[in-house]
Amino acid sequence: MNRRDFIQQATAGASFLGLGGIGLESFSTIKTKMITILHTNDVHSHIDPFGPGEGRNSNMGGVARRAGLIDAIRNENPNTLLLDAGDIFQGTPYFNYYGGELEFKLMSKLKYDAATIGNHDFDNGIDGLFAQLPHANFEFICANYDFSNTVMNTHVKPYKVFVKEGIKIGVFGLGIELKGLVDPAMFKETKYLDPIEITQDITHILKKEENCDLIICLSHLGYSYRNNPKKMDDLSLANATSSIDLIIGGHTHTFLPKPTVVKNKNGKNMLVNQVGCYGINLGRIDFYFDTNKNKSASGTSIIV
Amino acid sequence: MRFTYFVFLLNFLIIVSCKEEPYRLTKIKGSLIKITDSINPNSEVELFIEPYKNHIEKDLDSTIAYAMNFYSKSDGKLNTAIGNFMADVVYEQANPIFNNRTGKDIDMVLLNHGGIRSTIPKGNIKIRNMFELMPFENKIVVVALKGKQIDSMINYLSQAKRAHPISKLKLSLDQDFNPFTAMLNGETIRSNKTYYVATSDYLYNNGDNMKFFRPNDGLYNLNYKIRNALIDYLKKVDTINPVIDDRFVQIKN
Repeated sequence: MNRRDFIQQATAGASFLGLGGIGLESFSTIKTKMITILHTNDVHSHIDPFGPGEGRNSNMGGVARRAGLIDAIRNENPNTLLLDAGDIFQGTPYFNYYGGELEFKLMSKLKYDAATIGNHDFDNGIDGLFAQLPHANFEFICANYDFSNTVMNTHVKPYKVFVKEGIKIGVFGLGIELKGLVDPAMFKETKYLDPIEITQDITHILKKEENCDLIICLSHLGYSYRNNPKKMDDLSLANATSSIDLIIGGHTHTFLPKPTVVKNKNGKNMLVNQVGCYGINLGRIDFYFDTNKNKSASGTSIIV
Repeated sequence: MRFTYFVFLLNFLIIVSCKEEPYRLTKIKGSLIKITDSINPNSEVELFIEPYKNHIEKDLDSTIAYAMNFYSKSDGKLNTAIGNFMADVVYEQANPIFNNRTGKDIDMVLLNHGGIRSTIPKGNIKIRNMFELMPFENKIVVVALKGKQIDSMINYLSQAKRAHPISKLKLSLDQDFNPFTAMLNGETIRSNKTYYVATSDYLYNNGDNMKFFRPNDGLYNLNYKIRNALIDYLKKVDTINPVIDDRFVQIKN
Protein backbone atom coordinates (compact mmCIF):
# COMPACT_ATOMS: atom_id res chain seq x y z
CA MET A 1 0.00 0.00 0.00
CA ASN A 2 1.55 3.31 -0.99
CA ARG A 3 1.14 6.39 1.12
CA ARG A 4 -1.48 8.06 -1.11
CA ASP A 5 -3.77 5.02 -1.12
CA PHE A 6 -3.30 4.69 2.59
CA ILE A 7 -4.42 8.26 3.26
CA GLN A 8 -7.41 7.92 0.92
CA GLN A 9 -8.58 4.81 2.66
CA ALA A 10 -7.97 6.31 6.07
CA THR A 11 -10.17 9.25 5.10
CA ALA A 12 -12.84 6.90 3.83
CA GLY A 13 -12.63 5.11 7.14
CA ALA A 14 -13.08 8.34 9.04
CA SER A 15 -16.26 9.24 7.22
CA PHE A 16 -17.48 5.73 7.75
CA LEU A 17 -16.95 6.12 11.49
CA GLY A 18 -18.57 9.54 11.54
CA LEU A 19 -21.63 8.31 9.69
CA GLY A 20 -22.65 5.26 11.55
CA GLY A 21 -20.45 5.18 14.59
CA ILE A 22 -20.41 1.44 14.10
CA GLY A 23 -18.20 -0.24 16.62
CA LEU A 24 -15.49 -2.73 15.93
CA GLU A 25 -17.67 -5.60 17.06
CA SER A 26 -19.88 -5.28 13.97
CA PHE A 27 -17.10 -6.82 11.94
CA SER A 28 -17.39 -10.10 13.72
CA THR A 29 -20.94 -10.70 12.44
CA ILE A 30 -21.87 -11.72 8.88
CA LYS A 31 -22.92 -8.80 6.77
CA THR A 32 -24.95 -9.00 3.57
CA LYS A 33 -25.26 -6.70 0.59
CA MET A 34 -27.85 -7.17 -2.12
CA ILE A 35 -27.58 -5.88 -5.68
CA THR A 36 -30.78 -5.91 -7.71
CA ILE A 37 -30.59 -6.05 -11.51
CA LEU A 38 -33.77 -5.10 -13.36
CA HIS A 39 -33.96 -5.58 -17.10
CA THR A 40 -36.05 -5.27 -20.25
CA ASN A 41 -35.42 -6.18 -23.90
CA ASP A 42 -37.10 -5.62 -27.28
CA VAL A 43 -39.53 -3.03 -25.94
CA HIS A 44 -39.99 -1.86 -29.57
CA SER A 45 -41.53 1.54 -28.89
CA HIS A 46 -44.34 0.04 -26.79
CA ILE A 47 -45.14 2.96 -24.54
CA ASP A 48 -48.86 2.48 -23.90
CA PRO A 49 -50.18 -0.74 -22.34
CA PHE A 50 -51.89 -3.21 -24.65
CA GLY A 51 -55.65 -2.79 -24.76
CA PRO A 52 -58.18 -5.55 -24.12
CA GLY A 53 -58.62 -8.10 -26.91
CA GLU A 54 -54.93 -8.32 -27.82
CA GLY A 55 -54.59 -12.02 -27.09
CA ARG A 56 -52.10 -13.01 -24.45
CA ASN A 57 -50.74 -9.44 -24.36
CA SER A 58 -54.14 -8.00 -23.36
CA ASN A 59 -53.87 -5.28 -20.69
CA MET A 60 -50.16 -5.97 -20.22
CA GLY A 61 -47.15 -3.66 -20.36
CA GLY A 62 -46.97 0.14 -20.41
CA VAL A 63 -44.07 2.40 -19.48
CA ALA A 64 -45.93 4.26 -16.69
CA ARG A 65 -46.67 0.99 -14.92
CA ARG A 66 -43.11 -0.18 -15.39
CA ALA A 67 -42.01 3.12 -13.83
CA GLY A 68 -44.32 2.54 -10.84
CA LEU A 69 -42.93 -0.96 -10.34
CA ILE A 70 -39.31 0.17 -10.62
CA ASP A 71 -39.93 3.01 -8.13
CA ALA A 72 -41.22 0.48 -5.61
CA ILE A 73 -38.24 -1.86 -6.11
CA ARG A 74 -35.76 1.02 -5.82
CA ASN A 75 -37.41 2.15 -2.58
CA GLU A 76 -36.93 -1.32 -1.23
CA ASN A 77 -33.32 -1.60 -2.49
CA PRO A 78 -31.47 1.50 -3.65
CA ASN A 79 -28.64 -0.73 -4.90
CA THR A 80 -30.49 -1.39 -8.12
CA LEU A 81 -29.35 -1.25 -11.74
CA LEU A 82 -31.82 -0.95 -14.61
CA LEU A 83 -30.65 -2.30 -17.98
CA ASP A 84 -32.04 -2.83 -21.48
CA ALA A 85 -30.81 -5.36 -24.04
CA GLY A 86 -31.68 -3.44 -27.21
CA ASP A 87 -34.36 -3.01 -29.88
CA ILE A 88 -35.74 0.01 -28.12
CA PHE A 89 -36.98 1.37 -31.46
CA GLN A 90 -39.67 0.37 -33.96
CA GLY A 91 -43.08 -1.13 -33.46
CA THR A 92 -45.63 1.61 -32.78
CA PRO A 93 -46.47 5.01 -34.32
CA TYR A 94 -44.47 6.64 -31.48
CA PHE A 95 -41.35 5.63 -33.38
CA ASN A 96 -42.74 6.68 -36.76
CA TYR A 97 -43.71 10.10 -35.44
CA TYR A 98 -40.84 10.92 -33.08
CA GLY A 99 -37.99 8.70 -34.26
CA GLY A 100 -37.20 7.33 -30.80
CA GLU A 101 -37.17 10.64 -28.92
CA LEU A 102 -39.94 9.60 -26.52
CA GLU A 103 -38.46 6.14 -25.94
CA PHE A 104 -35.11 7.65 -24.87
CA LYS A 105 -36.75 10.41 -22.80
CA LEU A 106 -38.85 7.87 -20.92
CA MET A 107 -35.94 5.53 -20.33
CA SER A 108 -34.07 8.53 -18.91
CA LYS A 109 -37.04 9.33 -16.65
CA LEU A 110 -37.09 5.73 -15.46
CA LYS A 111 -33.35 6.14 -14.76
CA TYR A 112 -32.08 3.35 -16.93
CA ASP A 113 -28.38 2.89 -16.23
CA ALA A 114 -27.39 1.37 -19.57
CA ALA A 115 -28.67 -0.18 -22.78
CA THR A 116 -27.08 -2.07 -25.62
CA ILE A 117 -27.89 -1.57 -29.30
CA GLY A 118 -30.24 -3.86 -31.19
CA ASN A 119 -30.56 -4.28 -34.96
CA HIS A 120 -33.81 -2.29 -35.02
CA ASP A 121 -32.11 0.63 -33.35
CA PHE A 122 -30.58 1.22 -36.81
CA ASP A 123 -34.03 1.46 -38.45
CA ASN A 124 -33.68 5.19 -39.05
CA GLY A 125 -30.07 4.66 -39.98
CA ILE A 126 -27.07 5.17 -37.74
CA ASP A 127 -27.68 8.92 -38.19
CA GLY A 128 -31.23 8.48 -36.90
CA LEU A 129 -29.87 6.78 -33.78
CA PHE A 130 -27.20 9.44 -33.33
CA ALA A 131 -29.81 12.20 -33.65
CA GLN A 132 -31.72 10.84 -30.64
CA LEU A 133 -28.70 10.54 -28.33
CA PRO A 134 -29.26 13.96 -26.71
CA HIS A 135 -32.51 12.56 -25.27
CA ALA A 136 -30.77 9.66 -23.51
CA ASN A 137 -29.36 10.18 -20.01
CA PHE A 138 -28.00 6.66 -19.86
CA GLU A 139 -25.02 4.85 -21.33
CA PHE A 140 -24.99 2.88 -24.57
CA ILE A 141 -22.66 -0.06 -24.24
CA CYS A 142 -21.56 -2.46 -26.92
CA ALA A 143 -18.14 -4.08 -27.12
CA ASN A 144 -18.31 -5.87 -30.47
CA TYR A 145 -19.50 -3.07 -32.76
CA ASP A 146 -16.59 -0.98 -33.94
CA PHE A 147 -18.12 2.43 -34.55
CA SER A 148 -14.83 4.25 -35.16
CA ASN A 149 -15.70 5.19 -38.77
CA THR A 150 -19.25 6.31 -37.91
CA VAL A 151 -21.03 9.20 -36.20
CA MET A 152 -21.52 6.95 -33.14
CA ASN A 153 -17.77 6.91 -32.49
CA THR A 154 -17.09 7.77 -28.80
CA HIS A 155 -20.82 7.64 -27.99
CA VAL A 156 -20.86 3.92 -27.26
CA LYS A 157 -18.64 2.38 -24.59
CA PRO A 158 -17.57 -1.27 -24.63
CA TYR A 159 -18.38 -1.58 -20.94
CA LYS A 160 -19.19 0.38 -17.83
CA VAL A 161 -18.40 -0.33 -14.19
CA PHE A 162 -21.07 0.61 -11.67
CA VAL A 163 -20.31 0.73 -7.95
CA LYS A 164 -23.20 0.05 -5.58
CA GLU A 165 -22.40 0.04 -1.87
CA GLY A 166 -18.82 -0.92 -2.61
CA ILE A 167 -19.74 -3.79 -4.94
CA LYS A 168 -18.28 -3.33 -8.42
CA ILE A 169 -20.55 -4.41 -11.26
CA GLY A 170 -19.06 -4.57 -14.73
CA VAL A 171 -21.61 -4.43 -17.56
CA PHE A 172 -20.55 -4.97 -21.17
CA GLY A 173 -22.63 -5.16 -24.34
CA LEU A 174 -22.76 -7.46 -27.37
CA GLY A 175 -24.63 -6.85 -30.62
CA ILE A 176 -25.83 -9.23 -33.33
CA GLU A 177 -24.17 -9.51 -36.75
CA LEU A 178 -25.80 -6.80 -38.86
CA LYS A 179 -24.87 -8.10 -42.32
CA GLY A 180 -27.89 -9.82 -43.87
CA LEU A 181 -30.16 -8.46 -41.13
CA VAL A 182 -29.92 -4.71 -41.58
CA ASP A 183 -29.48 -2.75 -44.82
CA PRO A 184 -25.79 -1.71 -44.99
CA ALA A 185 -26.96 1.79 -45.94
CA MET A 186 -28.41 1.95 -42.41
CA PHE A 187 -25.45 0.74 -40.34
CA LYS A 188 -22.83 2.22 -42.71
CA GLU A 189 -19.29 1.43 -41.52
CA THR A 190 -20.23 -0.22 -38.23
CA LYS A 191 -17.98 -3.27 -37.94
CA TYR A 192 -19.14 -6.45 -36.23
CA LEU A 193 -16.46 -8.18 -34.15
CA ASP A 194 -16.44 -11.76 -32.91
CA PRO A 195 -18.46 -11.90 -29.66
CA ILE A 196 -16.41 -14.66 -28.03
CA GLU A 197 -13.03 -13.05 -28.60
CA ILE A 198 -14.37 -9.70 -27.41
CA THR A 199 -15.95 -11.31 -24.34
CA GLN A 200 -12.66 -12.93 -23.38
CA ASP A 201 -10.83 -9.59 -23.67
CA ILE A 202 -13.47 -7.54 -21.87
CA THR A 203 -14.10 -9.97 -19.02
CA HIS A 204 -10.34 -10.14 -18.44
CA ILE A 205 -10.26 -6.35 -18.10
CA LEU A 206 -13.34 -6.34 -15.86
CA LYS A 207 -11.96 -9.05 -13.58
CA LYS A 208 -8.25 -8.23 -13.43
CA GLU A 209 -8.01 -4.49 -14.06
CA GLU A 210 -11.37 -3.17 -12.86
CA ASN A 211 -11.65 -5.77 -10.06
CA CYS A 212 -15.35 -6.33 -10.62
CA ASP A 213 -17.32 -8.46 -8.19
CA LEU A 214 -20.01 -9.13 -10.75
CA ILE A 215 -19.93 -9.32 -14.56
CA ILE A 216 -23.08 -8.83 -16.62
CA CYS A 217 -23.37 -9.15 -20.38
CA LEU A 218 -26.12 -7.17 -22.11
CA SER A 219 -26.60 -9.15 -25.30
CA HIS A 220 -28.68 -8.69 -28.42
CA LEU A 221 -27.34 -11.91 -29.96
CA GLY A 222 -30.51 -13.94 -29.36
CA TYR A 223 -31.24 -16.71 -26.87
CA SER A 224 -30.70 -19.87 -28.94
CA TYR A 225 -30.46 -20.92 -32.60
CA ARG A 226 -30.57 -24.66 -32.25
CA ASN A 227 -31.19 -25.18 -35.98
CA ASN A 228 -28.25 -23.00 -36.92
CA PRO A 229 -25.30 -23.97 -34.70
CA LYS A 230 -22.95 -21.61 -36.55
CA LYS A 231 -24.96 -18.60 -35.42
CA MET A 232 -23.76 -17.22 -32.11
CA ASP A 233 -26.38 -17.11 -29.35
CA ASP A 234 -26.51 -16.47 -25.60
CA LEU A 235 -26.42 -20.14 -24.64
CA SER A 236 -23.32 -20.77 -26.80
CA LEU A 237 -21.67 -17.63 -25.45
CA ALA A 238 -22.32 -18.84 -21.91
CA ASN A 239 -20.76 -22.24 -22.64
CA ALA A 240 -17.75 -20.78 -24.44
CA THR A 241 -16.66 -18.18 -21.87
CA SER A 242 -15.73 -18.27 -18.22
CA SER A 243 -16.27 -15.04 -16.30
CA ILE A 244 -19.84 -13.88 -16.91
CA ASP A 245 -22.32 -14.12 -14.02
CA LEU A 246 -25.42 -13.10 -15.97
CA ILE A 247 -26.31 -12.69 -19.64
CA ILE A 248 -29.32 -10.45 -20.19
CA GLY A 249 -30.50 -11.26 -23.69
CA GLY A 250 -32.76 -9.94 -26.42
CA HIS A 251 -33.55 -10.15 -30.15
CA THR A 252 -35.38 -13.51 -30.20
CA HIS A 253 -38.30 -12.19 -28.07
CA THR A 254 -37.90 -15.27 -25.89
CA PHE A 255 -40.35 -15.46 -23.00
CA LEU A 256 -38.45 -17.36 -20.32
CA PRO A 257 -40.69 -18.16 -17.35
CA LYS A 258 -37.52 -18.07 -15.25
CA PRO A 259 -33.82 -17.48 -15.93
CA THR A 260 -31.94 -20.41 -17.46
CA VAL A 261 -29.11 -21.85 -15.35
CA VAL A 262 -26.23 -22.86 -17.63
CA LYS A 263 -22.67 -24.03 -17.11
CA ASN A 264 -19.86 -21.82 -18.32
CA LYS A 265 -16.56 -23.03 -19.81
CA ASN A 266 -15.26 -23.89 -16.33
CA GLY A 267 -18.37 -25.83 -15.37
CA LYS A 268 -19.57 -23.05 -13.08
CA ASN A 269 -23.28 -22.23 -13.01
CA MET A 270 -24.41 -18.89 -14.41
CA LEU A 271 -27.65 -17.33 -15.61
CA VAL A 272 -29.07 -16.43 -19.01
CA ASN A 273 -32.30 -14.46 -18.99
CA GLN A 274 -34.66 -12.81 -21.48
CA VAL A 275 -38.13 -11.44 -20.74
CA GLY A 276 -40.00 -11.61 -24.06
CA CYS A 277 -40.76 -8.25 -25.63
CA TYR A 278 -42.88 -5.07 -25.73
CA GLY A 279 -42.35 -4.23 -22.05
CA ILE A 280 -44.76 -6.93 -20.95
CA ASN A 281 -42.36 -8.21 -18.29
CA LEU A 282 -39.53 -6.95 -16.13
CA GLY A 283 -36.68 -9.29 -15.25
CA ARG A 284 -35.30 -9.18 -11.73
CA ILE A 285 -32.10 -10.82 -10.53
CA ASP A 286 -30.91 -10.28 -6.95
CA PHE A 287 -27.26 -10.92 -6.15
CA TYR A 288 -26.47 -11.46 -2.47
CA PHE A 289 -22.95 -10.85 -1.21
CA ASP A 290 -21.81 -11.61 2.31
CA THR A 291 -18.73 -11.92 4.47
CA ASN A 292 -19.37 -15.44 5.70
CA LYS A 293 -16.34 -17.39 4.58
CA ASN A 294 -17.76 -20.80 5.36
CA LYS A 295 -20.81 -20.21 3.22
CA SER A 296 -18.72 -18.85 0.38
CA ALA A 297 -16.60 -21.96 0.31
CA SER A 298 -19.65 -24.03 -0.47
CA GLY A 299 -20.28 -21.97 -3.63
CA THR A 300 -23.11 -19.79 -4.79
CA SER A 301 -26.69 -20.97 -4.49
CA ILE A 302 -28.98 -20.08 -7.37
CA ILE A 303 -32.72 -19.82 -6.77
CA VAL A 304 -34.90 -19.40 -9.84
CA MET B 1 -3.81 16.11 18.26
CA ARG B 2 -3.47 12.91 20.16
CA PHE B 3 -7.15 12.17 19.62
CA THR B 4 -6.77 12.65 15.83
CA TYR B 5 -3.90 10.23 15.92
CA PHE B 6 -6.09 7.75 17.77
CA VAL B 7 -8.91 8.02 15.17
CA PHE B 8 -6.34 7.61 12.47
CA LEU B 9 -5.00 4.46 14.07
CA LEU B 10 -8.50 3.13 14.69
CA ASN B 11 -9.35 3.61 11.03
CA PHE B 12 -6.24 1.81 10.06
CA LEU B 13 -7.25 -1.15 12.19
CA ILE B 14 -10.76 -1.17 10.76
CA ILE B 15 -9.41 -1.07 7.22
CA VAL B 16 -7.11 -3.96 7.89
CA SER B 17 -9.91 -5.99 9.39
CA CYS B 18 -12.25 -5.06 6.51
CA LYS B 19 -9.69 -6.26 4.03
CA GLU B 20 -9.69 -9.62 5.70
CA GLU B 21 -13.41 -10.06 5.19
CA PRO B 22 -14.24 -9.40 1.55
CA TYR B 23 -17.77 -9.72 0.29
CA ARG B 24 -18.40 -12.84 -1.74
CA LEU B 25 -21.31 -13.75 -3.97
CA THR B 26 -23.27 -16.37 -2.07
CA LYS B 27 -26.78 -16.36 -3.48
CA ILE B 28 -28.55 -15.41 -6.71
CA LYS B 29 -32.31 -15.13 -6.93
CA GLY B 30 -34.01 -14.66 -10.28
CA SER B 31 -37.64 -13.87 -11.03
CA LEU B 32 -39.98 -12.58 -13.70
CA ILE B 33 -42.37 -9.76 -12.92
CA LYS B 34 -45.37 -9.40 -15.20
CA ILE B 35 -46.43 -5.82 -15.92
CA THR B 36 -50.16 -6.15 -15.36
CA ASP B 37 -52.95 -3.63 -14.79
CA SER B 38 -52.70 -4.28 -11.05
CA ILE B 39 -49.47 -2.22 -10.93
CA ASN B 40 -50.01 1.44 -10.07
CA PRO B 41 -48.66 3.57 -12.90
CA ASN B 42 -46.30 6.45 -12.16
CA SER B 43 -48.58 9.44 -12.79
CA GLU B 44 -45.71 11.80 -13.68
CA VAL B 45 -44.69 9.44 -16.48
CA GLU B 46 -48.30 9.19 -17.64
CA LEU B 47 -48.58 12.97 -17.80
CA PHE B 48 -45.31 13.17 -19.71
CA ILE B 49 -46.56 10.76 -22.39
CA GLU B 50 -49.95 12.44 -22.79
CA PRO B 51 -49.08 15.30 -25.18
CA TYR B 52 -47.10 12.95 -27.45
CA LYS B 53 -50.00 10.50 -27.48
CA ASN B 54 -52.58 13.22 -28.13
CA HIS B 55 -50.61 14.59 -31.06
CA ILE B 56 -50.29 11.15 -32.66
CA GLU B 57 -53.97 10.32 -32.09
CA LYS B 58 -55.03 13.63 -33.64
CA ASP B 59 -52.80 13.09 -36.65
CA LEU B 60 -53.85 9.45 -37.12
CA ASP B 61 -57.46 10.59 -37.12
CA SER B 62 -56.95 13.29 -39.72
CA THR B 63 -58.69 12.72 -43.06
CA ILE B 64 -56.39 12.64 -46.09
CA ALA B 65 -58.68 11.46 -48.92
CA TYR B 66 -62.12 10.03 -49.70
CA ALA B 67 -62.89 6.43 -50.74
CA MET B 68 -65.77 5.92 -53.18
CA ASN B 69 -66.33 2.40 -51.87
CA PHE B 70 -65.39 -0.12 -49.23
CA TYR B 71 -62.36 -2.10 -50.39
CA SER B 72 -61.31 -5.50 -49.09
CA LYS B 73 -58.72 -8.00 -50.25
CA SER B 74 -61.34 -10.75 -50.25
CA ASP B 75 -63.29 -9.02 -53.05
CA GLY B 76 -61.83 -10.40 -56.27
CA LYS B 77 -60.19 -13.60 -57.46
CA LEU B 78 -56.83 -12.89 -59.06
CA ASN B 79 -56.92 -9.14 -58.65
CA THR B 80 -58.63 -6.95 -56.10
CA ALA B 81 -59.44 -3.24 -56.11
CA ILE B 82 -57.47 -2.68 -52.89
CA GLY B 83 -54.45 -4.61 -54.18
CA ASN B 84 -54.55 -2.79 -57.51
CA PHE B 85 -54.69 0.47 -55.60
CA MET B 86 -51.64 -0.40 -53.53
CA ALA B 87 -49.54 -1.68 -56.43
CA ASP B 88 -50.49 1.31 -58.63
CA VAL B 89 -49.63 3.74 -55.83
CA VAL B 90 -46.22 2.11 -55.38
CA TYR B 91 -45.57 2.63 -59.11
CA GLU B 92 -46.89 6.20 -59.05
CA GLN B 93 -44.83 7.22 -56.02
CA ALA B 94 -41.67 5.20 -56.60
CA ASN B 95 -41.10 5.66 -60.33
CA PRO B 96 -40.19 9.38 -60.21
CA ILE B 97 -37.65 8.64 -57.45
CA PHE B 98 -36.20 5.66 -59.31
CA ASN B 99 -36.10 7.57 -62.59
CA ASN B 100 -34.46 10.55 -60.95
CA ARG B 101 -31.72 8.36 -59.48
CA THR B 102 -31.07 6.00 -62.38
CA GLY B 103 -32.59 7.50 -65.51
CA LYS B 104 -34.56 4.26 -65.88
CA ASP B 105 -38.23 3.45 -65.37
CA ILE B 106 -39.89 0.81 -63.24
CA ASP B 107 -41.40 -1.88 -65.50
CA MET B 108 -43.74 -3.46 -62.99
CA VAL B 109 -44.71 -3.73 -59.33
CA LEU B 110 -45.30 -6.87 -57.28
CA LEU B 111 -46.61 -6.93 -53.72
CA ASN B 112 -48.18 -9.79 -51.78
CA HIS B 113 -51.81 -10.50 -50.97
CA GLY B 114 -50.91 -11.40 -47.37
CA GLY B 115 -49.37 -7.96 -46.92
CA ILE B 116 -52.78 -6.28 -47.21
CA ARG B 117 -53.49 -6.22 -43.50
CA SER B 118 -56.80 -4.37 -43.38
CA THR B 119 -59.59 -2.83 -45.45
CA ILE B 120 -60.22 0.71 -46.68
CA PRO B 121 -63.60 1.96 -45.45
CA LYS B 122 -65.99 3.89 -47.68
CA GLY B 123 -65.84 7.61 -46.99
CA ASN B 124 -63.09 9.48 -45.21
CA ILE B 125 -59.68 7.83 -45.29
CA LYS B 126 -57.62 8.58 -42.22
CA ILE B 127 -53.88 8.17 -41.70
CA ARG B 128 -54.78 5.52 -39.12
CA ASN B 129 -56.31 3.40 -41.94
CA MET B 130 -52.91 3.34 -43.64
CA PHE B 131 -51.17 2.23 -40.44
CA GLU B 132 -53.72 -0.59 -40.23
CA LEU B 133 -53.46 -1.46 -43.92
CA MET B 134 -49.66 -1.44 -43.77
CA PRO B 135 -48.54 -1.91 -40.15
CA PHE B 136 -45.09 -3.13 -41.22
CA GLU B 137 -42.17 -0.88 -41.99
CA ASN B 138 -41.57 -2.49 -45.37
CA LYS B 139 -39.67 -0.35 -47.83
CA ILE B 140 -39.81 -0.18 -51.61
CA VAL B 141 -36.89 -1.76 -53.44
CA VAL B 142 -36.38 -2.05 -57.19
CA VAL B 143 -34.82 -5.29 -58.43
CA ALA B 144 -33.27 -5.61 -61.88
CA LEU B 145 -34.42 -8.99 -63.22
CA LYS B 146 -33.77 -10.79 -66.49
CA GLY B 147 -36.84 -11.95 -68.44
CA LYS B 148 -36.03 -15.49 -67.41
CA GLN B 149 -36.56 -14.56 -63.78
CA ILE B 150 -39.80 -12.77 -64.69
CA ASP B 151 -40.94 -16.11 -66.15
CA SER B 152 -40.24 -17.75 -62.78
CA MET B 153 -42.27 -15.02 -61.14
CA ILE B 154 -45.15 -15.67 -63.53
CA ASN B 155 -45.00 -19.38 -62.75
CA TYR B 156 -45.08 -18.54 -59.05
CA LEU B 157 -48.13 -16.28 -59.53
CA SER B 158 -49.96 -18.91 -61.60
CA GLN B 159 -49.34 -21.60 -59.00
CA ALA B 160 -50.18 -19.36 -56.04
CA LYS B 161 -53.64 -18.64 -57.53
CA ARG B 162 -53.86 -15.67 -55.20
CA ALA B 163 -54.51 -12.02 -55.91
CA HIS B 164 -50.94 -10.88 -55.27
CA PRO B 165 -51.11 -7.20 -56.19
CA ILE B 166 -49.38 -6.29 -59.46
CA SER B 167 -49.09 -3.14 -61.52
CA LYS B 168 -48.04 -2.74 -65.19
CA LEU B 169 -47.80 -6.51 -65.66
CA LYS B 170 -50.71 -8.07 -67.55
CA LEU B 171 -51.16 -11.73 -66.93
CA SER B 172 -53.78 -14.30 -67.92
CA LEU B 173 -54.01 -17.96 -66.99
CA ASP B 174 -55.74 -20.79 -68.81
CA GLN B 175 -58.38 -23.03 -67.29
CA ASP B 176 -55.70 -25.19 -65.67
CA PHE B 177 -54.03 -22.14 -64.14
CA ASN B 178 -51.10 -22.28 -66.56
CA PRO B 179 -49.73 -18.94 -67.79
CA PHE B 180 -51.51 -18.03 -71.03
CA THR B 181 -50.34 -14.51 -71.82
CA ALA B 182 -47.90 -12.27 -70.00
CA MET B 183 -47.20 -8.73 -71.17
CA LEU B 184 -44.98 -5.93 -69.90
CA ASN B 185 -45.29 -2.49 -71.50
CA GLY B 186 -47.57 -4.09 -74.11
CA GLU B 187 -44.86 -6.56 -75.19
CA THR B 188 -44.19 -10.19 -74.49
CA ILE B 189 -41.37 -10.85 -72.07
CA ARG B 190 -37.91 -11.33 -73.60
CA SER B 191 -35.73 -13.69 -71.65
CA ASN B 192 -32.48 -11.69 -71.98
CA LYS B 193 -33.96 -8.26 -71.39
CA THR B 194 -33.52 -6.64 -67.96
CA TYR B 195 -36.71 -5.48 -66.28
CA TYR B 196 -37.01 -3.25 -63.22
CA VAL B 197 -39.43 -4.69 -60.66
CA ALA B 198 -40.53 -2.64 -57.68
CA THR B 199 -41.41 -4.71 -54.62
CA SER B 200 -40.96 -4.63 -50.85
CA ASP B 201 -37.73 -5.43 -49.04
CA TYR B 202 -39.71 -8.14 -47.24
CA LEU B 203 -40.56 -9.98 -50.48
CA TYR B 204 -37.09 -9.41 -51.89
CA ASN B 205 -35.77 -11.26 -48.83
CA ASN B 206 -37.79 -14.38 -49.74
CA GLY B 207 -40.97 -13.33 -47.96
CA ASP B 208 -43.99 -15.41 -49.07
CA ASN B 209 -41.48 -17.84 -50.59
CA MET B 210 -40.77 -15.53 -53.53
CA LYS B 211 -37.44 -16.97 -54.63
CA PHE B 212 -37.31 -15.46 -58.12
CA PHE B 213 -35.67 -12.20 -56.97
CA ARG B 214 -32.32 -14.00 -56.92
CA PRO B 215 -30.13 -14.04 -58.90
CA ASN B 216 -30.63 -10.48 -60.12
CA ASP B 217 -28.78 -7.77 -62.00
CA GLY B 218 -28.94 -5.24 -59.18
CA LEU B 219 -30.92 -3.93 -56.25
CA TYR B 220 -31.98 -0.33 -55.71
CA ASN B 221 -33.09 0.57 -52.21
CA LEU B 222 -35.36 3.59 -52.45
CA ASN B 223 -35.49 3.98 -48.66
CA TYR B 224 -39.19 4.77 -48.99
CA LYS B 225 -41.72 2.95 -46.84
CA ILE B 226 -44.79 1.52 -48.57
CA ARG B 227 -46.99 3.11 -45.89
CA ASN B 228 -45.45 6.51 -46.53
CA ALA B 229 -45.97 6.08 -50.28
CA LEU B 230 -49.68 5.38 -49.61
CA ILE B 231 -50.03 8.37 -47.26
CA ASP B 232 -48.16 10.70 -49.63
CA TYR B 233 -50.33 9.61 -52.55
CA LEU B 234 -53.59 10.02 -50.61
CA LYS B 235 -52.54 13.49 -49.47
CA LYS B 236 -52.19 14.65 -53.08
CA VAL B 237 -55.48 13.21 -54.42
CA ASP B 238 -59.06 13.98 -53.34
CA THR B 239 -60.79 10.72 -54.04
CA ILE B 240 -59.88 7.12 -54.82
CA ASN B 241 -61.99 4.76 -56.86
CA PRO B 242 -59.94 1.63 -57.61
CA VAL B 243 -61.60 -1.28 -59.43
CA ILE B 244 -61.07 -4.94 -60.18
CA ASP B 245 -59.75 -5.03 -63.76
CA ASP B 246 -58.16 -7.42 -66.28
CA ARG B 247 -54.51 -7.18 -65.18
CA PHE B 248 -54.51 -10.69 -63.71
CA VAL B 249 -57.32 -12.99 -64.82
CA GLN B 250 -58.18 -16.53 -65.76
CA ILE B 251 -59.46 -17.09 -69.31
CA LYS B 252 -62.96 -18.57 -69.25
CA ASN B 253 -64.52 -21.08 -71.76
